[in-house]
Amino acid sequence: MGKKVNILHSRAGAYWIMVLPALLWMVLINIVPMFGIVMAFQDFNPGKGMLRSEFVGLENFEYMFQMKDVSQIFTNTIVIAVGKLLLNVFVPVVFALLLNEIKNVFFKRCVQTIVYLPHFISWVIMGGILLDVFGLYGPVNMMLSAFGAERIAFFRISSLFRTLAIGTDVWKEFGFNAVVYLAALTGISPSLYEAAAIDGASRWQRMWHITLPGLKPIIVLMTILALGNILNAGFDQIYNIYNQAVYSTGDIIDTWVYRVGLNDLQYSLATAVGLLKSVVGFLLISLSYTIAYKKANYRIF
Amino acid sequence: MVEKKTAGHIAVQAIFVVILVLLALSCLLPLLYNLAVSFSSKEAAEAGLVSFWPIGFTLKAYQEIMGESAFFVSFFVSVKRVAVALLITIPTLTMAAYPLAKSRQEFAPRNIILWIFVFCMLFSGGTIPWYMVMKNYGLINNIVGLAVCGGIPVFNLILMVNFFQDIPKELEEAAMVDGAGAWYILTHIIVPLSKPVIATIALFTIVTHWNDFFQGLVLSTGEKYYPLQTYIKQLIFQVDTSTMTAEQIKQASMMSNTTMNAAKIFISMIPVLCIYPFLQKYFVTGITLGGVKE
Repeated sequence: MGKKVNILHSRAGAYWIMVLPALLWMVLINIVPMFGIVMAFQDFNPGKGMLRSEFVGLENFEYMFQMKDVSQIFTNTIVIAVGKLLLNVFVPVVFALLLNEIKNVFFKRCVQTIVYLPHFISWVIMGGILLDVFGLYGPVNMMLSAFGAERIAFFRISSLFRTLAIGTDVWKEFGFNAVVYLAALTGISPSLYEAAAIDGASRWQRMWHITLPGLKPIIVLMTILALGNILNAGFDQIYNIYNQAVYSTGDIIDTWVYRVGLNDLQYSLATAVGLLKSVVGFLLISLSYTIAYKKANYRIF
Repeated sequence: MVEKKTAGHIAVQAIFVVILVLLALSCLLPLLYNLAVSFSSKEAAEAGLVSFWPIGFTLKAYQEIMGESAFFVSFFVSVKRVAVALLITIPTLTMAAYPLAKSRQEFAPRNIILWIFVFCMLFSGGTIPWYMVMKNYGLINNIVGLAVCGGIPVFNLILMVNFFQDIPKELEEAAMVDGAGAWYILTHIIVPLSKPVIATIALFTIVTHWNDFFQGLVLSTGEKYYPLQTYIKQLIFQVDTSTMTAEQIKQASMMSNTTMNAAKIFISMIPVLCIYPFLQKYFVTGITLGGVKE
C-alpha cells in the first residue's frame, strides 16, 4: 500500500515538473504585466516608476469619457467587429456549401489550398499589397479609368473605410474559417442524401433540409464564440491599412491605445482605455463561453 | 448516389464552379500582381502599367536586393526568431499538455491550472504595461525576447490537451503495467502518436512568429534588430502620404523603389508559401480534433 502511494506520488511529481516551464512562462510574461494595471489609476511618471507615481483614483477614466475620441473609437471598433463577426460566419458557410456540391476531388483540393493561402500571409504584406492594388495607380483604378470612371483613392475615403476593412478581412480569412464547416459536412451521413435522392428531393431541398441542419450546431457555436470578440476589430489589419484621412471611421481602440500610449507617451490614459477594453472584453467572452456551454454543450477542454 | 443530369442541374453546377474559381482567383491575383511588379521594369511599374503579367521583364529588382544587407539581416533575425520560438514552444507545450490532459483523479490541480491559462488567454494587462515589463526584463533587441514575449500560446496548448485526451487510455495503461514512468510514456507513446497536433502547432508557431511585425517594432530600437515584417512595414509606410496631394503621392512613389519593395515582399512570403500546403492535412485534423469539442 505504502509503495503504491509512493508511485502515485512520484508520478504527480513528474507531472508538476512537466507543467513547470509553461507555468513559469505564463507567470513572467502573462501575469506580471497585469499588475501594470495600477498605472490606469496613477498619473504615471516613467522617472518615478510604478511604485512611486502618484495615485489619482478614477481621474484617467473621467478624462477618458470626456474625450470625443474615445466614444468614436469604441463605435468604430464595435461596427467593424460586428461586420466581421457576421460575415466571417456567413461567407465561409456559403463557401463550404458550394464546395460541398463539387464532386471532383482534385478541383476541390486545389480550390481549398488556394483559399487557405491569404490566411497565412501577414497583414503587413497583405496591407501593402492591397494598398497598391486599390491605390490611385493600381490595377483596380486602371480598370476604372479604362471604363472612363474617375480614379478613387479607396483607402483614403472615410465613408468607405469600414466596408473595406470588413471586406478585406473576410476575404483573407474565409478559406481558413471554412475548415470547421467543411469538417462538419463530412460528418453528415451519406445515407441521408441517398434517402432524399430516392424521394426525389432537388439539390436545393437537400441543401436546405439536410446540409444546413447538419451544420446548424457548429454555426451557432462559432457565432456565439465570436460574440466575445466584439471589442477586437483586429489591430494588425487596421494598423496596416489605415491612415490619418480615415481616423474618424477607422481608428479602433487598439490602434488608438498604441498611438496615445507608445507614440505620445500618455501611459496612464492609454492603460486606462486598454483596461476598460480588457475588462469588458473578458466579461463578453466569459458570457459567450457560458452560453456556448449551456446551449451547445461546448467545453473549452 | 445517382445524380439527375438535367440541363438545369448542369447549369447550376457550372455556376458553382465559376463562383469557386473566381473566389480562388481573388486570393491569387493580388499576390500575382505583386509578383508581376517585382519582375517588371521600374518605369512600367511606376507608371502603373503592370497588371498581372510583368511589363519589360527584368531581374534587376532581385539583383539590387543582393546588395542590400539590411534586408538579409532582418531575414535572419526572423529565421532565428522562428527557430528559437519552435525550440521553446513545442517542448514546453507538449510537456504541459500531457499532465493537463489527465483526469483530476490522476493530476488533481489540472482544472485550476487550465482555468488560469484560459484566463491569461482572455485577459491581459494591455499593451503599455506589457511593454514596460518586457523592458524591465531586458528583452529589448533580444531574440529570446521576441520568441517568448507574446506570452504562452494558450490556444495551442488547449489544442494539444484536447488531442491528448482523445488518445486511448489503454495504450498508456499497458505501458504503466510494464513499469513505465510518466516521462517514458510521454516521449515513447504520446509524442509519436501526436504528429498531427504537433505539426499543426509548429505551423501556427512558425506563421505567428514569421508574420509578427508589432512586437518586433516595439521591442527593437533599431533597424538591425528588426524582424523581416517590421523591416518591410517601415519600408512600405515610411512616406507619410496623409497630407499630400495626389500629385505629391505620385512623386513620392516614384522616389521609392516600387519593384524592389515588391521583390522583398515576395521573398518574405516564400517560406510560408512553401510550408503550409504540406502541413494542410495536419492542420485540418489538428483544428477539427482539438479545437472544436462538442
